[in-house]
Amino acid sequence: MKALRKILAIVMALALVFSLAACSGNSNDDETTTAAPVGTTPIAKDAIKVGVLHITSIKDTSGYTFAHHQGIVAMKNALGLRDDQVIEKDEIPDSDAPAVKAALDELVNAGCNIIFGTSFNYMDPMDEYAKKYPDVIFSHGTGYKSNDVNFNNYFGRIYQARYLSGIAAGMKAKEINNPNLGYVAAMDVTNSEVTGGINAFALGVQSVYPEAVVKVSVTGSWADEKAEATASKALVDAGCGVLAQHCDSSVPQTTAADNKIFGCGYNSDMTAQAPTAHICAPIWHWDVYYTTAVKEVIDGKWTPTNYFGGLNEGFIDVSPINEAVAAKGTKEAVEAAKAKIMSGELVVFAKGMTKADGTVVDHDLTDAEITGEINYYIKGVELLK
Amino acid sequence: MADLTKKHEPFVRVAKRTQVSTKKSVLLQISAFVLAIIAGGLFILLLGENPLEAYKHIIEGAFVGSVRNPLSSVQATVVRFIPLLIASLALVPAFKMKFWNIGAEGQIIMGGVFSTYFALFHSDWPHAILLIVMILAGAVGGAFWALIPTIFKIKFNTNETLFTLMLNYIALYIVRYLEAGPWQRTKGYASIGSIDDNARLPEVFGVHIGWIIALVLMVLMFFYISKTKQGYEISVVGESQPTARYAGMSVGKIVLRTMIISGAIAGLAGALQVAGIDHTLSGGIAGGVGFTAIVVAWLGKLNPFYIAGISFLFSILAKGSSTMQTQLGLSASVADVVQGIILFCVIAFEFFINYKLIFKKKEG
Repeated sequence: MKALRKILAIVMALALVFSLAACSGNSNDDETTTAAPVGTTPIAKDAIKVGVLHITSIKDTSGYTFAHHQGIVAMKNALGLRDDQVIEKDEIPDSDAPAVKAALDELVNAGCNIIFGTSFNYMDPMDEYAKKYPDVIFSHGTGYKSNDVNFNNYFGRIYQARYLSGIAAGMKAKEINNPNLGYVAAMDVTNSEVTGGINAFALGVQSVYPEAVVKVSVTGSWADEKAEATASKALVDAGCGVLAQHCDSSVPQTTAADNKIFGCGYNSDMTAQAPTAHICAPIWHWDVYYTTAVKEVIDGKWTPTNYFGGLNEGFIDVSPINEAVAAKGTKEAVEAAKAKIMSGELVVFAKGMTKADGTVVDHDLTDAEITGEINYYIKGVELLK
Repeated sequence: MADLTKKHEPFVRVAKRTQVSTKKSVLLQISAFVLAIIAGGLFILLLGENPLEAYKHIIEGAFVGSVRNPLSSVQATVVRFIPLLIASLALVPAFKMKFWNIGAEGQIIMGGVFSTYFALFHSDWPHAILLIVMILAGAVGGAFWALIPTIFKIKFNTNETLFTLMLNYIALYIVRYLEAGPWQRTKGYASIGSIDDNARLPEVFGVHIGWIIALVLMVLMFFYISKTKQGYEISVVGESQPTARYAGMSVGKIVLRTMIISGAIAGLAGALQVAGIDHTLSGGIAGGVGFTAIVVAWLGKLNPFYIAGISFLFSILAKGSSTMQTQLGLSASVADVVQGIILFCVIAFEFFINYKLIFKKKEG
């Protein structure tokens, strides 16, 4: 009992200190400025500083961070910035809030004018820091939050490229006469980005091989090579002949190569990692956005609008077809479909699409639906049991 | 007989130093530090960078702020200092009792989990009440997590080192489960999302008030350990349980009480992380602090004031090496390796402060 009293005494003492501090605490958050909106005052090209947050290492040789880093380097070269004008913080796990904030602190205090964050869960810390530092531009990839002052969002119509890679994968599956295709998915059916990607891929497959089935194996993480290896192996064991993926590393492709089957990667051209297996990959040209955004900041023409580029902007594409692996005529078929998508003749998520439960979608999906509401697989897609 | 022992005498043997003069001890500690810096420097040199420049970046990174905020780096250093100091203090009573609580990491996490509950589901409570409840809940969460291995230790004499260690991972996976399950904010994304502004700690001098709590705890812990009856009981139990029993102390009760205090303080650190800096619950809440605290508590000889000093040195190293890594464009793990090398040297030298090597004397 005595012990309890002592603990209580400590707690009370703490509470007292705490409430005293609470009373006197709110003194340093009244920065009222009447300056011009951020991004509207030109910044000298040799004075601008760009910050980037990456989820894995910029020394990666393929995959998500590799693609972003390539984009940043291309931006730097295109705009002629010095090395010390671009600060990249890498290996910042997006599930580690304190690490993300420490990195953001560092970038802000290094004097960055614009900070790019490439992974989904950087969203909340960036949102918070955008409010805290109204004179710094925060630009977040893959999320959905933004404000109308200094925080925007960028992403792209990668589903267009997934559809195209689906054509290539479907033609290969048909050639080897195996209707089972595998898909390593980072997140489950509730994630619209991943699920929309799977559906787009399956639609591409079905456009050339209607009876094909896409089997999905979920890893539960954007970047977990071990889980990706397990999922890939499970799909191989389930008899899949072509592996597609929505995860950060090239493990599904190397697994396909090891098992003498085929695959379509993601994020970067993975033919180099799996030359005997890889057909083509949906890829990002992040430099298209990065160069545009930083140029706007230099010119004082930046506005807090969200970016959602596609094939037409050159923001996304499929990597060159690996002719050594692809089925005959793949390149022509992909090129033809690409032209149709770009002209608007072909809509990927079109009216008449049948969901796995048999219901039919009665309209072309809107952008809002594509980015946030695809939480169902279409017919011909099934979860690997 | 004498002849026999001589024959079997090994080339080198280790003996505990009976008495180390303060002067010698300080000298050894200083040389440990210097050696650690040199070893870290060698590693940096191996990477093809100038060690002097690297250390300059570490010091600057920890102290020199930006034009925007001259205090920014100091604040960031202090933000790292708070949980490390509190977690190290949490270990003091446990280690004093020779109860090897390796579970501060998990206790921090559970403190975070308990306090996050109130931040998520009772964010409408009055600000001060909500924050006090969150901090208390954190203490309860940490105490709860420390209690489990303690009860098993008392009842079944299980090994507390392994037990507390394993509970760290369970705590971490509870967070993972909450992220992807019941507390998930956006479907399909494993994240709990930000807590309400109402559930965030106020700041004093640009750092959340956790630093005041940490310093108060430091003083309280000093008095608790060295000036109270309970503190004395802890020492006695730590020195010899039979003695404690002979003196009429209830060992089980003392162990239980001490571990509740230890866990509660670690849990408090978790609550302060959630409400003060993270503003969410994530797998990174403890970030290894619970493990570093073991080293800090040990190097600080379980003295709260020494511990505070060592915690601060570690915080400088942690904050500064992150800046150094970015400035030099090195891989992110370099910062961890340098920290590891320095740590290793300091601990290795600790050994030579407490023990001496006796080389076999030449015959004749």
